[in-house]
Amino acid sequence: MAEILRPASAEETRQAVAWALGEDKPLEIVGAGTKRAFGHPVSAGYRLDLSGLSGIVDYEPAELVLTARAGTPLGEIAAALAQSRQQLAFEPADLGPLLGAPAESATLGGVLAANLSGPRRILAGAARDHTLGLAMVTGRGEAVKAGGKVVKNVTGYDVTKLMCGSWGTLGVMTELSIKVLPAPERTRTVLVAGLDGDAAVACMGRALSSPNEVSGAAYLPAAIAARSAVSHVAEAGASITALRVEGPPISVGARNEALRALCAGLGEIEELHSHNSATFWRELRDAAPIAADAPAVWRLSVPPATGAGVFAGLAGSEGEGWLDWGGGLVWWSCPATVAASAVVRQVAQAAGGHATLVRAPDGLKADVPVFHPQPAGRAALSRRVREGFDPRGILNPRRMGGPGWGET
Amino acid sequence: MSIAMPLPDAEVLAGRDGFLAALSRIVPGEGVIADEKGLRTYECDGLVAYRALPLAVVLPETVEQVAAVMALAGEHKVKVVPRGSGTGLSGGALPLTDGIVLGLGKFNRILEIDYANRCVTVQPGVSNLAISQAVAAAGFYYAPDPSSQIACSIGGNVAENSGGVHCLKYGVTTNNLLGLEIVLMSGEVVRLGGKQFDSDGYDLLGILTGSEGLLGVVTEVTVRILPKPSSVQALLLGFADVVDAGDCVARIIAAGIIPAGLEMMDKPAVKAAEDYCNAGYPLDVDALLICELDGPAAEVSELVDRVEAIARESRATVLRRSQSEEERARFWLGRKSAFPAVGRISPDYYCIDGTIPRGQLAHVLARMRELSAQYGLGVVNVFHAGDGNLHPLILYDAAREGDLQKTEDLAGAILRLCVEVGGVLSGEHGIGIEKRDLMGVMFTEDDLKQQQRIKCAFDPAGLLNPGKVFPVLHRCAELGAMHVHHGKVPFPDLPRF
Ligand SMILES: Cc1cc2nc3c(=O)[nH]c(=O)nc-3n(C[C@H](O)[C@H](O)[C@H](O)COP(=O)(O)OP(=O)(O)OC[C@H]3O[C@@H](n4cnc5c(N)ncnc54)[C@H](O)[C@@H]3O)c2cc1C
Repeated sequence: MAEILRPASAEETRQAVAWALGEDKPLEIVGAGTKRAFGHPVSAGYRLDLSGLSGIVDYEPAELVLTARAGTPLGEIAAALAQSRQQLAFEPADLGPLLGAPAESATLGGVLAANLSGPRRILAGAARDHTLGLAMVTGRGEAVKAGGKVVKNVTGYDVTKLMCGSWGTLGVMTELSIKVLPAPERTRTVLVAGLDGDAAVACMGRALSSPNEVSGAAYLPAAIAARSAVSHVAEAGASITALRVEGPPISVGARNEALRALCAGLGEIEELHSHNSATFWRELRDAAPIAADAPAVWRLSVPPATGAGVFAGLAGSEGEGWLDWGGGLVWWSCPATVAASAVVRQVAQAAGGHATLVRAPDGLKADVPVFHPQPAGRAALSRRVREGFDPRGILNPRRMGGPGWGET
Repeated sequence: MSIAMPLPDAEVLAGRDGFLAALSRIVPGEGVIADEKGLRTYECDGLVAYRALPLAVVLPETVEQVAAVMALAGEHKVKVVPRGSGTGLSGGALPLTDGIVLGLGKFNRILEIDYANRCVTVQPGVSNLAISQAVAAAGFYYAPDPSSQIACSIGGNVAENSGGVHCLKYGVTTNNLLGLEIVLMSGEVVRLGGKQFDSDGYDLLGILTGSEGLLGVVTEVTVRILPKPSSVQALLLGFADVVDAGDCVARIIAAGIIPAGLEMMDKPAVKAAEDYCNAGYPLDVDALLICELDGPAAEVSELVDRVEAIARESRATVLRRSQSEEERARFWLGRKSAFPAVGRISPDYYCIDGTIPRGQLAHVLARMRELSAQYGLGVVNVFHAGDGNLHPLILYDAAREGDLQKTEDLAGAILRLCVEVGGVLSGEHGIGIEKRDLMGVMFTEDDLKQQQRIKCAFDPAGLLNPGKVFPVLHRCAELGAMHVHHGKVPFPDLPRF
């Protein structure tokens, strides 16, 4: 069992990392630990638990900026934002349940370190687009800051972006400033039943090319739709193509009508109001339709128009899944075998995208890298970047390991 | 003129001829410029107070040529300054006397318009506006719209992470970028991102954006395009007191409205613009706001009503809403020609670019008036009020002894003020050489060293655009050194479990 260090301040975090560096003791960096099963297992004698670095430091709704300590639970942030009718527009996914951890306990630092964005990513951008600045402790044991607390800033390199999606392998974030946005007053989701993958991607493409500010575009084959808690979706008995619009009521009404017209004749059309919409998109955001016993879970990021082809190609891995982001995001579960994994990687690569192994037994991860292998040049560059932040490799060693990461 | 550039490398200067001969073998004919008259064209960018002649200018046409030029320069220890259209305002493309300028002007082709994936792939020398124009007929546009969009290159936009009046709602360059091809100083070609939303691995695409030509030369760019909004309307709002205007901005945002654009001009700016182009601006106001709303027609008209109501609560004295496209264009005319307008009332002006928290607008404007009086130089303000990005224009006369120095001192004082109230040195124009020596106001030595270690990963010999952004140049070997205290750091009183 790893020994747990739980700093209560940024300074204690710095001291802990400096100590680990001096003693050459690798650290596993953990917020609430909801995504510990994501990535390669980290073997470290010490766990740096950031849950003690909690609390909102500064939040002024009129500035659209919130600053919080890295270990602040996302739920606490969402609650504070809701009081001012604001939200995190990138719709952070709560992957806790998918990864065998409790729901709604993820921390801000963890969500941003994983750059996890939900369905609204197509309109509002990713987690990294909403991260304005941060304080961290590098693997050199130094406390540094990056970015700022204002929405527009080009002062120095955009180190904040680099930290998003680095999975704790570059630095330990201690405080973050994020951009927040008004929460929509109303939501409507147009559902079209019975399309095949090609027709669905074409339909979503047309919707996303229209000026209707579509904030969610997903395609669920019938078997996946049947698992929804929303009866309109579950009982359709057919595939579901879903398009979401949000905003002021009058605008939502107009855009909803425009989308219905755009989809007319394609299939039976239904509509979800705000409450059901929230449930439906939350399910997709958190990958809830993935079967509890699915052996391996993948997330593919591909050019949206290739979504249907990718979906068809994946059939060779004997799995199931659905499309989000207008076809640009594929959630896929399949057998935890090297052969099935090879199909997934090859299909993603052929489309020009990449595939991440979100959940799998450690045995499979020993043979299949979690993060998509990179071409040699980019891999070498990434490795040099890491060496600049964490030369001794004491932060989350091997978490992003595998070919292309300089760590076998 | 207080900004010093690194001393030129005598060996490089001495080896100029041999290097130029080798350069001409890579880019033949007129692709290498080495005569003084030719070099003059490239002696500065938009920060015209600083000029220098490079060893040569090279204008490659293919990625292979760029790669070969970079590798050759690396071999000869010749520095490389990338350049797009030279509209940068912070001196990022200022030549180095012992370096070459690598101009991307011949990389001017649109490579692919992919409507199915809603993206466009272009060469870096394509102008920002050309992208929107290429997709306009199909109902799309590229959202970031710097005022220099007719001229500035998309490669320069990536290097500066440029914004525009519509970035409040649609984001700046980094939020609209999908993929890049870059060439490292070693000559290695690396692709980042693609046509998918998220790039994998470390966000190198994110770190390249806004790196001011210090990490790699951008040779290909893929950006997202958006469907044009179906309707657009603008409001022109005048206020008797700038504090009221600032209050109005805060209230609009607090009401949950994110306008497409929200711009402010102070009294001198309104006057200069009106004299310049007769936009029809009211002259009896202390501050003018332009608030543009876009989206479905029904939404726009409702939001325009709401903003108008908010403006009344904020004691607006002038309230006009555009009734036609022509009128909307006229509202913008004065704002968009504010720079040339100010150019007419003063021999020279110096544009600065700090960002502040919106709530500090009134305070900062008042302090700026005091500073302006103290330094004896006029300051005109046009700015992106919605995101707190100020563009104070300091009026001076370069021909008058000491004026430029005074201007730089005043600019420094204003930027310090921005940082003091929780803001930053630059919102969209970049650090370049202009704000280089002020970096210490915002960052500690450790912060800056960590940023420079990123440069070391891309350019270990420090040959790509050195002397920009960072006030102190450190060797990568020095930056890599670590002072580890074995066992000495007392284990802190951390609770253990
Ligand atoms: C009148 C006026 C109005 C402006 N308005 C705005 C505005 O509204 N918003 C805004 O953000 N900016 C504005 N700017 C600033 C400027 O136009 C932008 O910074 C623009 O992005 C610079 O593009 P460029 O092609 O001219 O780049 P350059 O000036 O040629 O270069 C700028 C920097 O980018 C680097 N660079 C250029 N091309 C490449 C490449 N291919 N690869 C690597 N590095 C490269 C250079 O080395 C340099 O450091 C304005 C400038 C002017 C003169």
